[in-house]
Amino acid sequence: MGKIAGNRLERNDRLVRLALLVVAFSAVSVLLVITVFIVGQGTPIMVKYGLKSFLAGSNWYPSEKLFGLWPMIVGSLFVTGGALVIGVPFGLACAIVLTEFSSKRVRRFIKPVIELLAGIPSVVYGFMGVIILVPFIRQTFGGPGLSVLAASIVLGIMILPTVISISVDSLQAVPPSYREGSIALGATRWQTVKMVLFPAARSGIIASIILGMGRAIGETMATIMIAGNAAEIPRSLLAPVRTLTSNVALEMSYATGEHREALFATGVVLFVIIMILNTIANATSAKRRKQP
Amino acid sequence: MSGVAIEVRGFGQSFGGVRKLAGLDLDVMRNEILGIIGPARSGKSTFLCALNRLNDLVRGSRPEGTIRIDGRDIYGPEVDVVELRRKLGMVFATPVPLPRSIFENVAFGARRAGIRSREELEVIVRDSLEKGGLWDEVKDRLGTSGLKLSGGQQQRLCVARILAVKPEFILLDEPTSGLDPISTMKIEDSLRKLKKDYTIILVTNNTKQAARVADRTAFFLSGRLVEIGPTAKIFTAPDDQRTDDYLRGRFG
Amino acid sequence: MKRLGPRIEERAARTVLWTLTLVTVAVLLFIIFFILRRGLPALSLEFLTANPVDMGKAGGIFSTVVGTVALTALAILLAAPLGIGTAIYLTEYTWGGPVTRVIRFGAECLAGIPSIIFGLFGFILFVTKLKFGWSILSGGLTLAFMLLPTIIRTSEEAIKSVPPAYRQVGFSLGSTKWQTVTRIVLPSALPGIATGIVLSVGRSLGETAATIFTAGSALRMPTSLFSSTRTMSVHFYILAREGISAPNAYGTAAILIIAILGINILTYYLMNRFIRRYS
Repeated sequence: MGKIAGNRLERNDRLVRLALLVVAFSAVSVLLVITVFIVGQGTPIMVKYGLKSFLAGSNWYPSEKLFGLWPMIVGSLFVTGGALVIGVPFGLACAIVLTEFSSKRVRRFIKPVIELLAGIPSVVYGFMGVIILVPFIRQTFGGPGLSVLAASIVLGIMILPTVISISVDSLQAVPPSYREGSIALGATRWQTVKMVLFPAARSGIIASIILGMGRAIGETMATIMIAGNAAEIPRSLLAPVRTLTSNVALEMSYATGEHREALFATGVVLFVIIMILNTIANATSAKRRKQP
Repeated sequence: MSGVAIEVRGFGQSFGGVRKLAGLDLDVMRNEILGIIGPARSGKSTFLCALNRLNDLVRGSRPEGTIRIDGRDIYGPEVDVVELRRKLGMVFATPVPLPRSIFENVAFGARRAGIRSREELEVIVRDSLEKGGLWDEVKDRLGTSGLKLSGGQQQRLCVARILAVKPEFILLDEPTSGLDPISTMKIEDSLRKLKKDYTIILVTNNTKQAARVADRTAFFLSGRLVEIGPTAKIFTAPDDQRTDDYLRGRFG
Repeated sequence: MKRLGPRIEERAARTVLWTLTLVTVAVLLFIIFFILRRGLPALSLEFLTANPVDMGKAGGIFSTVVGTVALTALAILLAAPLGIGTAIYLTEYTWGGPVTRVIRFGAECLAGIPSIIFGLFGFILFVTKLKFGWSILSGGLTLAFMLLPTIIRTSEEAIKSVPPAYRQVGFSLGSTKWQTVTRIVLPSALPGIATGIVLSVGRSLGETAATIFTAGSALRMPTSLFSSTRTMSVHFYILAREGISAPNAYGTAAILIIAILGINILTYYLMNRFIRRYS
């Protein structure tokens, strides 16, 4: 700014600016505080126990001081992967239909419905899973019903709004000239989508998938209700499984001492995974914003 | 009361290294209407925004030289910029009524200055709207939204709005460029009446408007002042060939 | 795979896409109708205003309603000024330099953190270290931090949508920056900002993992900021999980869904007002 010297109103303005700066740093400070606390509480036991045995150990028996997280890590990965297998195709299909194949009237009906999907509490999803999905799986496929399959399906549904809304944004951001050019060359709408729009919106779509992944990994309540919570490596789609999040939530209320610290450490692992995912998602989003 | 109201000496302006104005020397006389003409990008609007220091809001703004208003350098250390901007009211090319009632639009500046009593505000609003040439058309509907007025009425509302804070100068940046001829005429009429109490600087792309309204006219080209003088002289026998070329439409 | 002619491919693609979409929509509608059909009968004025009896087996859900409202109100009270202030700073007082990037990065990271980690954090800091115990205070503080990124983002967008000309008008009338912000920019951005706050309320209604670890799950009526309390979503979770009372569980879920529906409708209304302002 130019050389403005102080006078009362200008000085007031500068005070306001300073106050707002402090306020603005609240988000950053909170993030820092959270990181400090979680990492602070969880790292000591990881060091004491040994990072490798903590992460790769296959036995989680707190009463015998065995804290191997591997089954839960695998559990989270399986369940998240399953969620993506279900959520991404359905989500992308909805996004494409919403932007390319529906009239304004249809869109005005579908879009709010999907946004409503995002608002339903996770416990309600979990509940529906327990009441309807789990018995169905048990009767049709056998096994306890509380399984990787159940969790994947429910989580897949839960990440739909994330995948859909970000993909819709990316598709809508593609300049109309791309569509018009393709149609003018004689391509059908689907060919336009497949060969022109998808590649153009690729980084946004990838970002939506990564964010959906983050959402699935972080989900707690629904997985507690339907995944079975057995702390063992799942052998099949129908086996019960425990995720990192469920691990923390289930035992937190009664854990003491080293057990509690181990749960904090689980939180640290989760935190690190989410941070990595977030950074990747941000990087791909940034690339998307730079696209023409 | 006449005499020099604004003294510009050696004034230049750049933004982040890009130069927009250079070596400006001119005087603005009190109670005159000074027209500023010139092709696009000649620095006319930048000059106007330098007068009320609106340029300060742009990042990397670097002014040089002096601009004296009432004898004081407006870029000097003791200057109250907020007060300066009140003194030099500005009307922009696109009318921007605030999304509130006509009354509130005009009263906005007065309220900011601390005037609270409804009666005082009503007097100010009526006075400003009359001077702006809008009173008769809106006196029965002061409560309706300013957005509902026509383009020409909105612009006159903007004039009334700045009159409400009792400026000394009125700066207008292509105020009628988007308006129909009748609204344009009404605004030009208002300016003629206002010149009695205010000093007016009018930037316009429309040379004929300057010919109709301005007492003196200045011709800007590429950030420099080419020529300034009585309007009649500029339009019939300018000193500089470039002025002549521009007015005859040989470029523009 | 044999190459299908483009027309057939188009037909096949459309069929597949529409099927997937309709399945998605159908699933959602099914969930809503299922809950509402079983939950609405349990709803009555009494249900809402009576306290739970016998661990929730009988009676109503009043104490949980109060708990939910208290928690959400506290969270918004804290998060709104912080969030709006941050948004004002980011849009009006900086220009994309390193400071802006750091703040944005902080806010976006915060947005991605799962609720269980917030619950853990709230538990460590507020419940244990600061000795607030399981309380509305701990829960409200934790929720506030969860809602912060949403409020920042929506407020920022709302403020950015206010046309720059409005600010110039403010300045040219002799306002200071702060006056221009509070008298012109903020009032114009208000519907957008309100939308963000309403969305956050919706989000906090469904929040279970974070609240259960910070506000606890006491069923009695909370009496102060330091009382433990149970939110409606936590109540639903416990009723469902422990199999205490199916009708009451459905009833609670129905209320939650209706509330969220209402919030979505409110959001649309506010957004429309926002858009209409500038046309």
